Amino acid sequence: MAKVSKSPWLMHYDASSCNGCDIEVLACLTPVYDIERFGIINTGDPKQADILLITGGVNTQNKAIVEQIYSQMPNPKVVVAVGICACTGGVFKECYNILGGVDQVIPVDIYVPGCAARPESIIDGVVKALDLLEKKNTEMKNKA
Amino acid sequence: MAKRSVIPFGPQHPVLPEPIHLDLVLEDEKVIEAIPSVGFVHRGLEKLIEKRDFNQYQYVIERTCGICSFMHGMSYCETLEKIFDVDIPDRAKYLRTIWAEMSRLHSHLLWLGLLADAFGFESLFMQSWRMREKILDMFEASTGGRVIFSVNKVGGVLKDMGRDMLNSFIETFDDMEESISALSKVFLNDVTVNSRLRGVGVLTREEAVSLGAVGPMMRASGIDIDTRLLGYEAYKDLDLDPVISTECDSYARCQVRIGEIFQSFNLIRQAVAKIPDGEIAVQVKGAPKGEAFNRVEQPRGEAIYYIKANGSMYLDRCRVRTPTFTNLQPLIKTLQGCQYADVPILILTIDPCISCTER
Amino acid sequence: MADKYEIIDIQPGDLALKTLEHKRAGYRLGQICAVRTETGYELLYSFIIEYHMVNYKITIEEDTEIVSISDVYPTAMLYENEMKELFGVNIKFINLDYHDKLYRIEEKTPFK
Repeated sequence: MAKVSKSPWLMHYDASSCNGCDIEVLACLTPVYDIERFGIINTGDPKQADILLITGGVNTQNKAIVEQIYSQMPNPKVVVAVGICACTGGVFKECYNILGGVDQVIPVDIYVPGCAARPESIIDGVVKALDLLEKKNTEMKNKA
Repeated sequence: MAKRSVIPFGPQHPVLPEPIHLDLVLEDEKVIEAIPSVGFVHRGLEKLIEKRDFNQYQYVIERTCGICSFMHGMSYCETLEKIFDVDIPDRAKYLRTIWAEMSRLHSHLLWLGLLADAFGFESLFMQSWRMREKILDMFEASTGGRVIFSVNKVGGVLKDMGRDMLNSFIETFDDMEESISALSKVFLNDVTVNSRLRGVGVLTREEAVSLGAVGPMMRASGIDIDTRLLGYEAYKDLDLDPVISTECDSYARCQVRIGEIFQSFNLIRQAVAKIPDGEIAVQVKGAPKGEAFNRVEQPRGEAIYYIKANGSMYLDRCRVRTPTFTNLQPLIKTLQGCQYADVPILILTIDPCISCTER
Repeated sequence: MADKYEIIDIQPGDLALKTLEHKRAGYRLGQICAVRTETGYELLYSFIIEYHMVNYKITIEEDTEIVSISDVYPTAMLYENEMKELFGVNIKFINLDYHDKLYRIEEKTPFK
C-alpha cells in the first residue's frame, strides 16, 4: 500500500513553541517551499493524520493534549519533532514549567534541529518521515 | 426558550496556529459568553532571569515570540539603555527602525494570510505568504536569520546594512507595493470577503478604551494613537500618521493592517533616505542598577517593558506586558453575541500571539 | 533619549482611590506587575492616557491583603490572576478568580 506514503496527511501541533518554528512549518506549505508537491495536505484532524509535526517543548498543561492527539492518530504514524525545543527543551529547558522535549511524553521518530528550524530541514525531516511511514506500513501488514 | 450548550473551542483547532482554549456558552448558534483558559504555552521564561545574566537573557527574550522577535530584543535593549543612561549612535537607531518596520510588514502579511485561511480563501492565503517570503529573504540577507535574528545588543546593533543592500531592498519594495495593492483590493472589495468581515465583532470606541485595547484593534475603533509617535529610535525624524478606521468591525481591523503595510513601506523609504553614516554600537561597561519602563509599538500593539536591576550582572525582574495580553478582554467582549461560525475570525482579528501572552 | 516614566510610591490603602481617579479621568490600564523583594512584594500599576503613562508602586508584606481593581478595570483580572498564581500575592475580590488555575502549573508560586 504505497498510497499512504504518496499522499500522507500532516498535522501540526504547537506544544509550547515561541511561534518561530510554527510559522516556518506553515511557510513550508506555502509557495517557495511548497511541501504539498509531495502529495501532503495539512489537516486539523488527528484522526485523519499520518504525520504529526510538533513544535516546542512539553509543559505540564499540554502534556495530556499531546498524548491525546497521538493516541487519536491511526496506525501507522510518524512523529516529527521540529526545532530544538521539541527535541530537548532548548533555550527553555531550565524553565520551571517545561518538562523537556516531546520524547518525554510520546515516542518521537525524527528530530529536526534548529532555532528556528529552517524550512529546508523541516522538508528533509518530512521526506524522511515518508520513508519511515512506508516501512512501518509494510511491517504492520506482515504482522497481520 | 433557546437551548443552552457549552462548546469547548481549542486548544488544537484547524484555524489556530497556536493553542488557546475557550469555553463558549451558546444559545442555539449565538455565543452568550466566552471564558478563556490559557497556559498551554506557558514556559515561565521571566523566571530564567535568575539563571542568565543580562547579556545572555537578550537571547531568551527574543524567543518570547517568533513573530515579533526583533521587537522584543529591541525593546529589552532600549530599557537597559535607559537604565545605563547611554545614547546609542544614530545609525544604530535607524537600522533598528528599518528592521522593526520590516518585522511589522512580515507580521501583517502573515496575519492577512491567516485571516484568508480562516474564511477558507486558500489562494489568498498562499499569495499573502508568497509576498512575506520576500521580506524573509531580506532578513536573511541582512541578519542571517529568517525569523530569529539576534542582531540587537545593549548599546546598539551587531550588524550593519550597506548602501547597496538598502537600495536593493527599496527596489524590491517598489515591486511588492504594486502586488500588495492588487492583493489588498481582494480583501477590501471582494463580496464574499466583505460578507464575512463587515459588521462582525463590533468594538465601539468607548469599549476599546475601557477594556484597554491596543494597536490595530484600538485604531480600528477610531482612536488616533500610535505608540511610535513617542519618538523612540528614529521615529522622531520620520513622518508618521496613525492609520485609523471608524467602522469598528473586523473589516476595519483588516483595513487598518493593510494601511499599516503601506505605511511601513513609506517609513522604510524615509529611513533609508535619511540614514546617517557612522558607528553602529557604543560600548556599555559595568552592570545596570535601577528600574525603568519602556513602551514600543509592536505589530500587535503597544508592549510595555519593565526592568529592575540591582547592580549585578543578574537582573531582579524583567516584565513584558505584551499586546495580546490586554487584547484578550476586547476579544471576549466581541465574542459575546456573535454567531458561532464567526468565532475563528474574531479570534484572528485581534492577531493573537499566545506565546507572547503566556511567556 | 525617550522619557524615563517616573514611578510614584503610594500607600496600599490609596490604591483604590487612585484607580478610581484615573478611571474617571479616562485613563486605561497599562499593566500591573509584581516584583519579589526579600520580605514581600512591590506591585506596580501603570495607567495610560493617550501618550502619557503614570506608574504607582506599592510595597507590601508577604501576607498583606490587596483588594482587586478588576471591578473598575475588567482587564485587571488577568494580571491579578497571574500575580496570585505565580507570585502568591494575596488578592481578594477578583471578578473572575481562576483560583490559581490560570496557567495550571505544577510548581506552586515559582516566583515566591
